[in-house]
Amino acid sequence: MAQIFHPSFNTLSKVSIFGAVFFLGAAVWGWDMLLRSPYNTQVDVAREQPVPFSHKHHVAGLGIDCRFCHSSVEDSSFAGIPPTKTCMGCHSMVWKDAAMLAPVRESFQSDRPIPWTRVHDLPDFAYFDHSIHVKKGIGCTTCHGQVDEMPLTWRTATLNMDWCLDCHRDPAANVRPRARVFDVHWDARGLDDAERAALAASYDVKSRLDCSTCHR
Amino acid sequence: MSHAPQAPQAPQTPGPGGDKVIAPGHTLATVSDKITKIVLTRATPRGWYLGFAGSFLLVMVLMVSIGKLLVSGIGVWGVNVPVGWGLAIINMVWWIGIGHAGTLISAILLLFRQEWRTSINRFAEAMTLFAVACAVVFPSLHVGRPWLAYWLLPYPNTMSLFPQFRSPLEWDVFAISTYGTVSALFWYVGLIPDLAALRDRAKSKPWKIAYGILAMGWRGAARHWERYETAYLLLAGLATPLVISVHTVVSFDFAVGNVPGWHATIFPPYFVAGAIYSGFAMVLTLAIPLRKIYGLQDFITLRHLQNMAKIVLATGLIVAYGYAMEAFFAWYSANPYEESMLVNRMTGPYWWAYWTLLLCNVLTPQLLWSKKIRSSVVALFVIALVVNVGMWLERFVIVVTSLSRDFLPSSWDTYTPTRWDWGLYIGTFGLFLSLLFLFIRFLPMISIFEMRTLVPTEGGDEEGHG
Amino acid sequence: MTNAESPRTAPDLRAIDAIRAELSSARGDDFWHRLEELSARPAFQDWLQQEFPSQAPRFVPALERREFLRLMGASLGVVGLAACTRQPDERIVPFARAPEYVVPGQPRYFASALTLGGAALGVLVESHMGRPTKIEGNPDHPASLGATDALAQAAILSLYDPDRSHSCLRAGQIDTWSAFTGELSGRLERLAALQGQGLSILHAGESSPTLADQLARLSTRFPRARVHRWTPVHRDQERAGAELAFGRDVGTHYHLDRAEVVLALEADLLGSGPGAVRYARDFAHGRLGRAGAAGMNRLYAVESTLSLTGAMADERLALRPSEVEGFARRVARELGLAVEAPALDAFAERFAVAAARALDARRGAGLVVAGREADPAVHALAHTINYELGNTGATLEHTDPLDDLARPAAADLRALVEDVRARRVDTLLVLGGNPAYDAPAELDFAGALASVPFRVHLSAQVDETSALCHWHVPEAHALESWGDARAHDGTVTIVQPLIAPLFGGKSALELLAFVLGEGEKSAYETLRERWRAKSGLAGADFERFWREALHDGVVAGTGAPGVEVHLRSSLDFGASPATATGGLELALRPDASTFDGRFANNAWLQELPRPITRLVWDNALLIGPRTARERELENGDVVELAHEGRHLRAPVWVVPGQAEGTLTLHLGYGRRRAGALGTGVGCDAYALRTGERPWFVTGVELVRTGERHELVTVQKHPSQEHRSLARVATFDRFRADPLGATRPEHGTSELAPPSLYPGFPYEGHAWGMVIDLNACIGCNACMIACQAENNIPVVGKGQVANGREMHWIRIDRYYEEPAGTVDERVTVVHQPVPCMHCENAPCEVVCPVGATVHSSEGLNEMVYNRCVGTRYCSNNCPYKVRRFNFFPYADFETESLKLQRNPDVTVRSRGVMEKCTYCVQRINQARIQAQKEERPLRDGEIVSACQAVCPTQAIVFGDVNDEASAVARLRKEPHHYGLLAELGTRPRTTYLAKLRNPDAELSGT
Repeated sequence: MAQIFHPSFNTLSKVSIFGAVFFLGAAVWGWDMLLRSPYNTQVDVAREQPVPFSHKHHVAGLGIDCRFCHSSVEDSSFAGIPPTKTCMGCHSMVWKDAAMLAPVRESFQSDRPIPWTRVHDLPDFAYFDHSIHVKKGIGCTTCHGQVDEMPLTWRTATLNMDWCLDCHRDPAANVRPRARVFDVHWDARGLDDAERAALAASYDVKSRLDCSTCHR
Repeated sequence: MSHAPQAPQAPQTPGPGGDKVIAPGHTLATVSDKITKIVLTRATPRGWYLGFAGSFLLVMVLMVSIGKLLVSGIGVWGVNVPVGWGLAIINMVWWIGIGHAGTLISAILLLFRQEWRTSINRFAEAMTLFAVACAVVFPSLHVGRPWLAYWLLPYPNTMSLFPQFRSPLEWDVFAISTYGTVSALFWYVGLIPDLAALRDRAKSKPWKIAYGILAMGWRGAARHWERYETAYLLLAGLATPLVISVHTVVSFDFAVGNVPGWHATIFPPYFVAGAIYSGFAMVLTLAIPLRKIYGLQDFITLRHLQNMAKIVLATGLIVAYGYAMEAFFAWYSANPYEESMLVNRMTGPYWWAYWTLLLCNVLTPQLLWSKKIRSSVVALFVIALVVNVGMWLERFVIVVTSLSRDFLPSSWDTYTPTRWDWGLYIGTFGLFLSLLFLFIRFLPMISIFEMRTLVPTEGGDEEGHG
Repeated sequence: MTNAESPRTAPDLRAIDAIRAELSSARGDDFWHRLEELSARPAFQDWLQQEFPSQAPRFVPALERREFLRLMGASLGVVGLAACTRQPDERIVPFARAPEYVVPGQPRYFASALTLGGAALGVLVESHMGRPTKIEGNPDHPASLGATDALAQAAILSLYDPDRSHSCLRAGQIDTWSAFTGELSGRLERLAALQGQGLSILHAGESSPTLADQLARLSTRFPRARVHRWTPVHRDQERAGAELAFGRDVGTHYHLDRAEVVLALEADLLGSGPGAVRYARDFAHGRLGRAGAAGMNRLYAVESTLSLTGAMADERLALRPSEVEGFARRVARELGLAVEAPALDAFAERFAVAAARALDARRGAGLVVAGREADPAVHALAHTINYELGNTGATLEHTDPLDDLARPAAADLRALVEDVRARRVDTLLVLGGNPAYDAPAELDFAGALASVPFRVHLSAQVDETSALCHWHVPEAHALESWGDARAHDGTVTIVQPLIAPLFGGKSALELLAFVLGEGEKSAYETLRERWRAKSGLAGADFERFWREALHDGVVAGTGAPGVEVHLRSSLDFGASPATATGGLELALRPDASTFDGRFANNAWLQELPRPITRLVWDNALLIGPRTARERELENGDVVELAHEGRHLRAPVWVVPGQAEGTLTLHLGYGRRRAGALGTGVGCDAYALRTGERPWFVTGVELVRTGERHELVTVQKHPSQEHRSLARVATFDRFRADPLGATRPEHGTSELAPPSLYPGFPYEGHAWGMVIDLNACIGCNACMIACQAENNIPVVGKGQVANGREMHWIRIDRYYEEPAGTVDERVTVVHQPVPCMHCENAPCEVVCPVGATVHSSEGLNEMVYNRCVGTRYCSNNCPYKVRRFNFFPYADFETESLKLQRNPDVTVRSRGVMEKCTYCVQRINQARIQAQKEERPLRDGEIVSACQAVCPTQAIVFGDVNDEASAVARLRKEPHHYGLLAELGTRPRTTYLAKLRNPDAELSGT
């Protein structure tokens, strides 16, 4: 009787049967890549802000200390976003009529806060405490990157759970002298492993891996 | 099966082909014709349409129940604290159990060279497949956040988290998916030669192509047959341990827990026996009407029914032993919680379930000792139905009664299924039947080529005694 | 459940006016939102019934729609979108000008006070970025000593209650404060001209010195104005009793820590009333069951209804309310006082004799307490006995009454109503309270009120009284306003606001200031003036005084001085009362949850299981088992009560320990305008409550209606089934054989039975909790404290009925009946059950996704965001302490409720398991604090919410590894045991067995 299928179907079927496994694997891998991609994690994506605030200018240019604005970073879980008053402290004198700063002045006059866009936004079920990390000698740039080189601010870390765990499993790798915590120019290579281990020991660094450390 | 009581001599032929596995007077051609024509016959019987419509309606019930569940949450069910599991788990265990007969028949009996199996194995396998399909509906839906159920699978993720392999539920994931896969392969491989037969007999082009693709270019060459036989045997070998393992793992869901009434070492064998028990009951329930409707009495003879009845009786006795042991342990352990568990089963809020289950699973099958009843198709059908009900009740007693009263009397409470609980259960019947209807309409429900092997060698069936 | 005068029958059009008014203010979304909310109100339904009977059934509240939308949202999650979309942008909003001392992310605490039932409870209020979120006790306050009761805990929810009144209403129409003051001032001018003739003020003020001062000053501008006071839970009986005994009213407070023998007559001194929290603490202190304890106080309780105090009693006698006086007389006579006494039945007789002997043996260290609900004669007898035995001055002190008022409350209100009837009242200012709902039935206050030409009501909610007034003024919550309040011993606390009035409420002080012609004078000024005058300080000294008072939460040296009192020489109790007729008696009591009805709309309290009955979302007519059998009544049967032509329908609930022939009904239900939650819940006991018989009536007829009403309890099985779960022993046996006394007959008592697996070595901390059943009085405070601290949602009556309540710590109540005795002599044991944090936790091994795991410090952690909701852990938990979100129970919509949430605890969503965490957020904060200060954690530094609130300090939390810690010491006690420890779970939460100190003379039977 007449053939229904062209001989090429043999190869076709073989390929599709064996291929299926790989197609499936590729799909899973692709999905995982998507989740880790900047699209999802927003790493290296400069965020729009009501006022185009430049850390580069204020930190690198003027050499203002982190704590000048993020004042509660040593005392509280929340590092603190400066009130408009802090901005006006200087900008009532310098750049006092810059168009760029109109929202700041407006906010100060109307006593309405400026709605900044969060750059480092942990999910609400994750509880992070700045003060203890600072106390244990974890520097700002370790997680926030070279903020002093950011005209507009972006994320340098994914803030994924595995990223947190990497450090919590080996905190010594990122410990630096307390004196240098707010030093944006600190170079991790400044210390060798032994020194860092010693430092971690002296700071009594007990990075915890219990779920309740962050989730509660 | 070795525990099965020695079967009495096959009865003197009451109906056509009484003690034979195939009625006399069949030739290769007639076999093929009789079976393929069910599929290829132009006019689909009106009865089929009615039946399919009915079961499809039930599928709609299933869909609505699932929709409501997903939209509103688990709360639409009757589950609560302490009774955290309800109908969903009961039904899952029940359906999985049903499936077992299929694998048993096709795999184990194949290895044992029980030829009488050939006529029933095809739709027994199909039944397995569909039962598993129904079963898997539940575990994924019964979790509080179904859209995250994929977390039970081990896969790389940004949380660097893995599932927890100490949990029996995790074992289920693998046990059931393996079971599903192997059953599907086994069933499909078995189908290939027949698909080819259908391809060759199909009239219209589209059907030719459809069956052609499925037949995978089967030409019935000697090489094909040789490969085929090997593959089929290998799969049978693979499937055999599954019959034991799957329900063992399912029973761990309970045995590993510490709830009085769950925490028992007898569970694995007792569950496996129960599974085969309910499985064969279901095969009977389906085979009896089918052979009538499609006039297959020649192929599915009284002999088949009687053999299955014997298996039902045998496994029934094992199950009964299981019940006895549960009670004995409760008493012998002198563990106050176990004791009160037993008392609660007998006299608690769910006493009716316990006693009905004993009636269905222990007393009723004893009728099968009598040859007269074994040879009465109607009686077999009724008994099979009763056993199906009984086995469902068994799971109800294990899950609900045990949970409703455990250690602290202060938290004792009862469980009442809601219409959504029932909707989901009824719905899976719809799914099961719809698939079955499609199967008998579009695929040969009896293995053509295997039946043909029976034709020339009469008496080949004489060694067929269990 | 509706009572005889159903709200459905008589809707008044003010209701719909009010609704129109409320809508007129709203715009856009808000409008529709309000419309839905309003259309749900019974008032609207009533009006609808009346206006368009045909429409009524069709117009159902749009809640279904919102429900539907939410479900659709959920279903999107189902599709998986929620699982894998990227995070939405979040705004971060700093201050424009940062206030001083506010560190973002750090809570602050402020001392204040909450007043209830005539006395203040000192509290510390936790504030997150200006939001009060949690109430703790004030350790420096004599009534609190750091603890609070359940009602105080729930006050935080009342503050954020979305049903609170949002604005002034004029005849139901939204109006402004200025419009109100405008109209009022006009009238006041005229009244002033008449020297205040026709001005009447009805206030519910409770022991606020400044308020009293203002009212006193009223007479300068309005010499002929009349001031009345009404609160339904008053101390008239106590007052009358004191006058009977001493010829004058006195305040009385007790020193239970000094009392070795206590006889409580109809007195729930541990459970409710002024000073209850302090009394519970002192009482527990007097019966610390510890190895080598020398002695233990003994409590005899005589009461008609099984109260928390009765449940704690070593010997308890159930008597009809009318029989209590006779019993008191019998005790007095046994003590050799010239008092006539009736014959008592055998057991009561023996009980009286035994109690008398015990008191006699402990002269000066005994105490007889008559409760708020007891008759004056009982109070007088108690005073007499205490006086004669020299207990006065030792175990109890008399002071001047805290509120020096002219008349008893009931008489006072009657006087007002007479004035109104006689058209002598032209302007009536009702400051707080809700008399239209809770006034004595015979007065028909509502009717009278309606005839007053100009009436104003200041209240937190638009309630029954507001609806009858021309003007409604929203009242500021205690946490929103300045004021002052006196504790049971007279100590004054300055009440300071934690937040500006959310809904523009005014306090009584402010309204009165206006009436006094002081214009818009703030309560703050009024208060400071008063205290400047009182303290006699000025300038810097006063500022210092003021700051200290605010900081400490008590004004130093304001405790009321003791007064010397003597029994009236002419004191004669006369002939003993006629023994009660065969008829039924009805006892009325303030409710543990709604009190007098003011908390009816508080969801936490409504869902809080009532003491003993463990009922939720209802009140029920309590009835003894025998009486129930005689009347062929079962739980949930609705009966109709009739007394003096007044009627009331109520469902019955059978309670052992209830005096047979006595019915008990709690006040505060059947509210007709309480808000979305409280309206129509339960039945209104005020319908049968009269002025002269406020607490019990005799000769009540009971008729079965054949109707049923579903009553929901959280505990459906009352007995321990002989499983030694909550262990009990007598003190004598314990002293004789400390180890053996509390060990079960069979089974191991080992805390850690042998295991095949090596135990996990816990270096560092190992958190554990010990709960002393001997101290637990079952007051429920821990349950609400936990709810407030951990953002635990309420689920409603229906869900509770289906066994889905969410409380992380529950209190199991088991009845035990001494062999061969009647139901009346049932004894009760309370067992708080939080998560046991088992070292071998059965829940952990069965979770397929590892959502519940063990921490290195032995916490059994529940990771909500990992949970997929298999509920396997709950099945496998022998203690059934795990709670599941079967639906999205947490309210993500109501804005005001979001303000209450504890920012340190995740708000759980649908399909997630949750349970007690040992307040891990507090552990983490304390640890971080210690680490920052580079020091080890101190014992007692971490205090769980339940521990902090416990009045009797029954709950102790700490580090088991630290030998010196309190918890470690308790774990060494001989009667220390683990619940179901024989299962090998190795619970970290463990118990100390309960010890009873029965009277040998009585425990014979």
